[in-house]
Amino acid sequence: MRTIIDGNEAAASAAYRLNELCSIYPITPSSTMAELADEWSAQGRPNVYGMIPTVVEMQSEGGAAGALHGALQGGALSTTFTASQGLLLMIPNMYKIAGELTSTVFHVAARSLAAQGLSIYGDHQDVMAVRQTGFALLCSASPQEAHDLAAISQLATLTSRIPFVHFFDGFRTSHEVNVVDLLSDDQLRDLVPEELIRAHRRRALSPEHPYIRGTAQNPDTYFQSRETVNPFYAAVPGLVTEAMEKFAELTGRRYELVEYHGDPEAERVVVVMGSGAQTVVKTVDYLNAQGAKVGVVQLRLYRPFPVEQILAAIPATARVVAVLDRTKEPGSGGEPLFLDVTAALGEAAATGRRAMPLVVGGRYGLSSKEFTPGMVAGIFDELALPQPRPRFTIGINDDVTHTSLPYDPTLDIEDPATVSAVFYGLGSDGTVGANKNTIKIIGEVPGTYAQGYFVYDSKKSGSRTVSHLRFGPKPIEAPYLINSASFIACHAWSVLERVDVLEFARPGTVLLINTPYPIDEVFARLPEPMQAKIIDLGIELWAIDANLVARKAGMGRRTNTVLQTCFFAISKVLPAEQAIKQVKKAIRKTYARKGADVVAKNEAAVDASLADLHRIEVPAAPVGDQPMIPPVIGAASQFVSTVTASMLAGTGDQLPVSALPVDGTYPSGTTKYEKRNISDIIAEWDPEACIQCGNCAFVCPHAVLRAKYYAGSALDGAPECFQSAPLNAAGFPGSRYTLQVYAEDCTGCGLCVEACPVKPIGGGNRRAINLAPVLERTKEKENVAFFETIPVNRRSRVDFANVRGTQFLEPLFEFSGACSGCGETPYLKLLTQLFGGRATVANATGCSSIYGGNLPTTPWSSNKYGRGPAWSNSLFEDNAEFGLGLRLAADLHTETARRRLAELRPELGDATVDAILGAPQQYESELSQQRARVDALKALLDTMGGGPRVDDLRSVADHLLRRSVWIVGGDGWAYDIGSAGVDHVLASGRDVNILVMDTEVYSNTGGQASKSTPLGAVAKFASGGKMTGKKDVAMQAVSYGNVYVARVAMGADPQQTLKAFREAEAYDGPSLILAYSHCIAHGIDMRKGLDQQYRAVASGHWPLMRYNPVLRMSGRNPFLLDSPRPRIPLKEYHDKELRFRMLANSDPEAAERFLEFGQDAVNRRWAEYEEMATRGAERFAADATRSDR
Amino acid sequence: MNLRTTYLGLPLRNPLVASAGPLSQTVDGVKGLADGGVGAVVLYSLFEEQVRAQLEQAERDALLEEEHADLFAEATSYFPSVSAEPVETVAVKYLSLVEKASRAIDVPLIASLNGSSLGSWVQFARQLEEAGAAALELNIYFMPGDTSLAGPDVEQRHIDIVAAVKQNISIPVAVKLAPYFSSFGSFALRLVEAGADGVVLFNRFLQPDVDVERVEVVPGVELSNPSEARLPRTWIAALRHRLPVSIAATSGVETADDVVAYLLAGADVVMTTSALVRHGRDYSRVLLDGLDTWLTRKGFASVDSARGLLAVPADADAAGYQRAGYVTALEKAKSRYGSLVG
Repeated sequence: MRTIIDGNEAAASAAYRLNELCSIYPITPSSTMAELADEWSAQGRPNVYGMIPTVVEMQSEGGAAGALHGALQGGALSTTFTASQGLLLMIPNMYKIAGELTSTVFHVAARSLAAQGLSIYGDHQDVMAVRQTGFALLCSASPQEAHDLAAISQLATLTSRIPFVHFFDGFRTSHEVNVVDLLSDDQLRDLVPEELIRAHRRRALSPEHPYIRGTAQNPDTYFQSRETVNPFYAAVPGLVTEAMEKFAELTGRRYELVEYHGDPEAERVVVVMGSGAQTVVKTVDYLNAQGAKVGVVQLRLYRPFPVEQILAAIPATARVVAVLDRTKEPGSGGEPLFLDVTAALGEAAATGRRAMPLVVGGRYGLSSKEFTPGMVAGIFDELALPQPRPRFTIGINDDVTHTSLPYDPTLDIEDPATVSAVFYGLGSDGTVGANKNTIKIIGEVPGTYAQGYFVYDSKKSGSRTVSHLRFGPKPIEAPYLINSASFIACHAWSVLERVDVLEFARPGTVLLINTPYPIDEVFARLPEPMQAKIIDLGIELWAIDANLVARKAGMGRRTNTVLQTCFFAISKVLPAEQAIKQVKKAIRKTYARKGADVVAKNEAAVDASLADLHRIEVPAAPVGDQPMIPPVIGAASQFVSTVTASMLAGTGDQLPVSALPVDGTYPSGTTKYEKRNISDIIAEWDPEACIQCGNCAFVCPHAVLRAKYYAGSALDGAPECFQSAPLNAAGFPGSRYTLQVYAEDCTGCGLCVEACPVKPIGGGNRRAINLAPVLERTKEKENVAFFETIPVNRRSRVDFANVRGTQFLEPLFEFSGACSGCGETPYLKLLTQLFGGRATVANATGCSSIYGGNLPTTPWSSNKYGRGPAWSNSLFEDNAEFGLGLRLAADLHTETARRRLAELRPELGDATVDAILGAPQQYESELSQQRARVDALKALLDTMGGGPRVDDLRSVADHLLRRSVWIVGGDGWAYDIGSAGVDHVLASGRDVNILVMDTEVYSNTGGQASKSTPLGAVAKFASGGKMTGKKDVAMQAVSYGNVYVARVAMGADPQQTLKAFREAEAYDGPSLILAYSHCIAHGIDMRKGLDQQYRAVASGHWPLMRYNPVLRMSGRNPFLLDSPRPRIPLKEYHDKELRFRMLANSDPEAAERFLEFGQDAVNRRWAEYEEMATRGAERFAADATRSDR
Repeated sequence: MNLRTTYLGLPLRNPLVASAGPLSQTVDGVKGLADGGVGAVVLYSLFEEQVRAQLEQAERDALLEEEHADLFAEATSYFPSVSAEPVETVAVKYLSLVEKASRAIDVPLIASLNGSSLGSWVQFARQLEEAGAAALELNIYFMPGDTSLAGPDVEQRHIDIVAAVKQNISIPVAVKLAPYFSSFGSFALRLVEAGADGVVLFNRFLQPDVDVERVEVVPGVELSNPSEARLPRTWIAALRHRLPVSIAATSGVETADDVVAYLLAGADVVMTTSALVRHGRDYSRVLLDGLDTWLTRKGFASVDSARGLLAVPADADAAGYQRAGYVTALEKAKSRYGSLVG
């Protein structure tokens, strides 16, 4: 069956239908395979043998591999889907599974590994890290192959008993949408007959014929036992070939382990594996047509390494062979495929079987770096030199060790019959979704082929997307981005002001612009460089105000249908009438279940679009001199203005190796240079109505609301429109107060409006802070610039104990690219306001590590003294341990410092030493005094002329100020993959602060259920509603007795949140804060996020509590219940969230049942908490290390 | 004892009717009410707003699912595709309940629509008739917040709804009303002229409460109490001999005495939800037994013979009658509390 899907779905379709069990865990870019399996299972789709596969989500990839190993030993046909570090977590089990000759296939969307930095993108580092496990490795090069080889590997693993990793390039193949011929159930069943499954089952553990497997072996037999499997490995190439032959008989599609393509007498040959092979094949054809004698060897089976097939594939005429590896093995003699090929050829040459060609090794395509025909041609050019470089890289500019080859980036070898279209959009405008839909529409036309690939930036709000679409009469085998487009669309004006959207334009390109300006002004409003390019290239310019059309059609901000219609109207990829008919058909299909109204509105939008689309007259010369908006605004360091700026401008590919840090260390505080202006509506302060309570600044997820108080005289020279009010506080006569909106950074999320308690009488829905259209940007900039000249209020003059006071503390986490209205970031911001100047932060991988540390910029910043949170992300699973390590190091250094300080008593004097050693360091005033003492000490040490003890003390003197260690992350980490680590670190008794920003779901990877997901919520991997309740992590921690625990929700009680943060940090022992974080994955109107926090608490779903061991030490009840008795039913909270409503729609009975159980659980837990809150202290564990019983 | 009663032309085994409320949400619920012994069941109300809200919710949900899709490389969506089936609308659900419940019980099932405008009620009323409803109760709950709307306009709006619905269906229609009309009797007569087969007195106006903590208005629904029966009872007594159609009493029934009081005032049937919610579906048996005992004790042979004994006589000046009662009441109060009227 011909269909249009991406590589993930292609692979999953075969894998799901050929297995009984999928043991899974989410990880980009493989998550989609697991999600689809879960959805199909929930829908009751059987596999080809007639049973519905079980899908089990585990707590980590290690867990998934363990469950899988068990299921295999139990005789079930089992599979998993993973990538990157996830695959690495499976390695211990992989050795076991292979050692026991167990049939299984792991489907891997191959991805980079986290080294100097994490990357979610594609290369072969992960699969190369398992090549030694005993698994066979089979590689697909396209979505079609991902489907076909998924099936072939299943047959081969069952016939050979060797487990397989079937992999394909992450993103490039996993996310490329293309035409795929799906195998029918009958074909799959014929390919993998049931007899093989029965044989697999017969090998399972059974008490009916018991034996033991998994023994411990001794020096006498381990070695020999390890050699027993050799015949099985030797048989694999033959068995895979047989499987491929059988597959060809069934489908007509023929594959080989190793395929040669090109001139039979080629002199120059490239060996390559993965999607890059398609690019090399096409380029070889192009070069040979120009008279070259070149060829390409494409590997599909990599392990067991098919030596004979490789030798047979490389023509004897080959003078030089370049082996390309999409991986990096620092310190090795060469990358793995290169070494393998070299060894094969060397052996053959040494035994006289063939002449030895020159073999060189090259690296390409790390982290989805483009691999284009131009690069392939560049490699062949190098091979033509008398002495090509023995090791090289392609696609980058390595100006340090000079490995990189030159190439011509403009080489275009595409079939002229192919239509290439590029679309620039914003993430929230539906451009990508509409394009996926367009591909389906066009791809369904017989004799037409379509391909789509989508590029995203690293922000979660206001993100840019670029869609690359190709259509044509022949199958599209071009796994690289378009570099010459016949159609370009820019769906958001703000994009064309910042990025050259005509980068891929050519003479006569049709350009569609979504404009907020009147049609006759469109051209004049374009940046001058763009105008010039339009004129020079004779570009055909069209424009529409799609936002207006969408609004008029009742579709709000969703412009996708409107712009999709325009594409069909002017691109001529299909006859317009036929296209419009198809668009409407697709609308009916997509929205049928949402009701007739939605369908009607979309259809009306289609008709309205055509009426409002206009061809723009292009003048002979540019009008005006409007420049592009630069990527970095304001004075920045050299690094930021060159390197960061280049990444922001989308030209990071051109940065040379020398420009980048060698160890992954980047400067803090760089989001402030972006000034993204992503929202047309922003917060607007009403100084008259404001009571200066600080609630808005407290909840602002993007730190764009800043408050200062200052002497009235500071207003001299203020811009006319600068806002100010008398300070509303006793004891400060004449002082003024300003709440400044950082207009260019505000995302218009509206949480501030919700948090504002002021409702001016007669003001309707108005508050003291409201959302309003952006005023003139220059005025906003002036106001912010002036505000920044007013000094930040001194910390010693701010009352930390209440929300009102915190607004005057400088946030050192600002302007993140998190979702507009994010529920997590306000907590991080608060952390930095309170403790940022002396904090180190260990951040688990997830949303927070992405908006916190995804290049180009970071929101973690520093104050005017250059101090601020030091931040690092280790991995997903180890964050608590990583943070504990930071604590241990700090404690060691503190210990060293104190010892050296005591030793230097004669030189430093008693007063200095005693003051520092005896200083209390709990409150801010004490800490600032200690900071002054340490600064003085350091100055003194600098005058002392060195010596081992002085130098030693100088190197660790900073640790005499108490360091605040924070371990932060989401629930996927704390409840699942990092659960054991969190538990262990809490049990360590060390002074660490763990902040769990609990969104009750894996937010970063797209909403998969965690053990925090509440009963009855629909999430990925819980599409029938989560069957089990949420884990009470607070009570787990309470059970230790010496752990400070708090459950907070700032939307319900900001004061309690503040109190908990301060107590947790002050507590000299482990602390755990569970912070309710509303999230887009809840399916809520994000403006109502705080209201939902309130409902979570008011319904008893999220009871606010603190457990403070300090109270126990003084004989008081440490368990404090901070929220009032539930006053709304759980249903009232559930009804406001799509995650619960979805089940009520799809399975009302189940929803009702879960709700009843949920309400019971709420009632029961509340009763327990109430009881605990009224107990005597003696009924709680005491801390043996520091108090009496 | 003969408790047989006629309401809206429908013969009932007794005058106790389960009014629209939470107990009739399911077939089993309706069956439980009928098994409890009531003479008829009014199904819970389908709200005009509910139907509209569901359509709007579906649209918002579609947006929520799409809003954050495809904007970030790691997450091209945030929700699984759960089901391709169209969502069962509340209207479809209601029709199906009417169909199943009317077949499951042996007493009349009265469907109930709650709204304040014509909307699509006419069409839907016909579907309810086809689904097997024995009668239709139109609950017109309208709070005229628009100060430009004059009293007669408000009344006309009610008349138009009743007329339009009556023209399209052949089953009887009762109208449930609020008491806040300047001349309720005249207005009730106009409703009869427009085709109403009965009136249900009264709709309770659910005044919202204020949450001082959140500084917010909170809608409040509470069960009725016996003191609330006085207003409807007064009007039933006044209109019994002046309205040529069925009159149903609703609000404030807690004991059999409350039922008797309504019947004495002239109600054809007495409705309750609050008592059944408080004491369970079978409580209707207690109320009916109490009614039976009272009739026997007082020597009545049937409920008909006691009905309307305390209604304002047909030949009395109703206004004068009420005024006299009012004056007497004040005199009584004066002797207990001192002067209340200045």
